[in-house]
Amino acid sequence: MRRFLLLIAILMLVATAARAVEPAERLADPGLEARARVISSQLRCLVCQNESIDESGADLAHDIRMFVRERLVAGNTNAAVIQAVVDRYGAFVLLKPPIEPATYVLWYGPPTLLAIGLLGTLIWLKRRQSTPAETAPLSTDEARRLDGLMRGNDA
Amino acid sequence: MKRLIYLLPLVLFLGLAGYFLVALRPNHDVHELPSVMIDKPAPVFDLAGLGDSKPLALDALKGHPFVLNFFASWCVPCRQEHPLLMRLATENHIPLYGIAYKDKPVDSNRLLASFGDPYRQVGIDQDGRVGLNFGVYGVPETYVIDSKGVIQKRFVGPLTAESVEKELLPLLKQLGRS
Repeated sequence: MRRFLLLIAILMLVATAARAVEPAERLADPGLEARARVISSQLRCLVCQNESIDESGADLAHDIRMFVRERLVAGNTNAAVIQAVVDRYGAFVLLKPPIEPATYVLWYGPPTLLAIGLLGTLIWLKRRQSTPAETAPLSTDEARRLDGLMRGNDA
Repeated sequence: MKRLIYLLPLVLFLGLAGYFLVALRPNHDVHELPSVMIDKPAPVFDLAGLGDSKPLALDALKGHPFVLNFFASWCVPCRQEHPLLMRLATENHIPLYGIAYKDKPVDSNRLLASFGDPYRQVGIDQDGRVGLNFGVYGVPETYVIDSKGVIQKRFVGPLTAESVEKELLPLLKQLGRS
């Protein structure tokens, strides 16, 4: 029993994410197939929306994988293949959104907010340094009263 | 004036809250993607006709605005949409053409035989390539195409009485006039 559990544990450790690319889809040319895999991993499956078409088992993902491979066999460059898919489905199919006016907030928003925060903190720190807390020394009367308090009897 | 800087976080927050209010409004399906094909020429297709239908070709359809509906027998929302399509065909007499998307012709035929056939012609897109060229990512999808073959509108998912009344029919009317 323990051996069995150990075996399962080991198998779970070596298990990697299953790939959805079916054997029949693979291209004979390993170079082209490798390029197809690279392209597929960058394209979003529109049915599942958070998986790449390389990982997705959805029917549409299969169709787009085949489309990508056909284009590669026809001699298209990687960029041309990706553009062909974007022309049909929009920039949303790219898992990494392109930098364009509609995505400026997405790309530049967080760094901008961070910069504003850092700037604010710097200004705040600087101000705190340049205006050290100035407290007047105790007057003799106050010193005597403090002494009394420290000894425990209110003078 | 200096005090105003303390209002900055509040202003930022209100801006963000306003954005979310718009982006996450009810009745707004975040999974519904905008089509990049709007105002672009429809992808050329020339499909074998279903049953005794003539082949369905884009070139032959140009000249009048028309409605193109991607459907499949295996698609549940298509069944939901079907009575509405029947009504559009028989009562409003809209030029409605169908594309059987990734469906066996036998099954599409059976569907139309048992629920009625609202289409003037049906093309067979069994490998889904025409659908892919249109950017279809799920059936049903409905496209309104003008007389020059330019895509004017896309409906993702089943048409509803409301979307037909408020969008589809007025658009067709407007296209028919121009």
